[in-house]
Amino acid sequence: MAARDGGVSCLRRTEMIGIGIGELESPPSDSDQVHVLAVDDSLVDRIVIERLLRITSCKVTAVDSGWRALQFLGLDDDKASVEFDRLKVDLIITDYCMPGMTGYELLKKIKESTSFREVPVVIMSSENVMTRIDRCLEEGAEDFLLKPVKLADVKRLRSYLTRDVKVSADGNKRKLVEDLSNFSSPVTTSPPPLSTSTSMESSESTRPSSPVGFISSSPESSTSPVDSPIRRREMKSLGLD
Amino acid sequence: MLGLGVDRLQADINRLLASLFHQGVLDEQFLQLQQLQDDTSPNFVYDVINIYFDESEKLLRNLRLLLMDREFSDFKKIGLHLNQLVGSSSSIGARRVRNVCVAFRSASELNNRLGCLRGLEVVEHEYHYLKNMMHELFQLEQQRLLAAGVRYPM
Repeated sequence: MAARDGGVSCLRRTEMIGIGIGELESPPSDSDQVHVLAVDDSLVDRIVIERLLRITSCKVTAVDSGWRALQFLGLDDDKASVEFDRLKVDLIITDYCMPGMTGYELLKKIKESTSFREVPVVIMSSENVMTRIDRCLEEGAEDFLLKPVKLADVKRLRSYLTRDVKVSADGNKRKLVEDLSNFSSPVTTSPPPLSTSTSMESSESTRPSSPVGFISSSPESSTSPVDSPIRRREMKSLGLD
Repeated sequence: MLGLGVDRLQADINRLLASLFHQGVLDEQFLQLQQLQDDTSPNFVYDVINIYFDESEKLLRNLRLLLMDREFSDFKKIGLHLNQLVGSSSSIGARRVRNVCVAFRSASELNNRLGCLRGLEVVEHEYHYLKNMMHELFQLEQQRLLAAGVRYPM
């Protein structure tokens, strides 16, 4: 089914209307609204993730492959893309296991690009494979969600997205100083392998430098740390789960 | 009297759901889907489950066609189809279908065509049971909505 907009949203129109998902074409960008690019080859999963994101007030573009994601972002050829200062993508969430280009390969391509390397990329997978999670985090993934994705997972993502990354007010600066002091505990002196660290904070500190907003996210998360898949993963490695 | 009709139907729905959870046919993810339904998307659960049915039946048909061929040897393809089924079943809370697909997938790694046919039969059986149950649930829900509608005539 060829869509006029170049296959950006791969839901059949009747399905979208039935589900109340909305327009095929992206409306003019609304700078207040978080725009998420969701990538999943499964139609059912695309529908669910799109709904999860919309219900948390995100604007969503859902595509069915890594290739289409790159196309949407204008990264599908090697020429530097010109007209993408209007394209605002605040988060990319992608399935790991996809035919053609895996989520990991897509992640790498995004992190290699100049225009989108700062955009947080979240990987989803139905399999809780430690090496897979580590590989993605090392490549710069922001987070790793275990499928099936739940509303609490998406709300958590949402909360660290809208948190003010800009250090525009003294209030923010103060908060950041407090957060950084969390990392001065002895546990984090040498970066331990992620699987043996016992707190979410210390595992995050081993990542390559990330936007300031991400460091401040953990103490403030509205859901308990146990909900984090990273925490979940650590618990599994300790045989607690 | 109309009020009793709604309550009775609601009780039937609750009983059916409880039974499906108890049997392990559905899991918590099915409840997650309910949370995604609201006034802006009032038929979400119904729609996504019907899409799941369409997609699953395509996959099951393909699996059957592949395995009916005596010359069949592309077990990797079976695995890929099953990955899809496992994923989508898990996403809608179809716990038992998911589990039998996982078992089938492990069996397919033994590269045994007849073993795979057996696995497929189990999946088809569980899938059809789920589909029947979902139809019953949707019917009850539709009746409940009608009964509730009549209760508040405009």
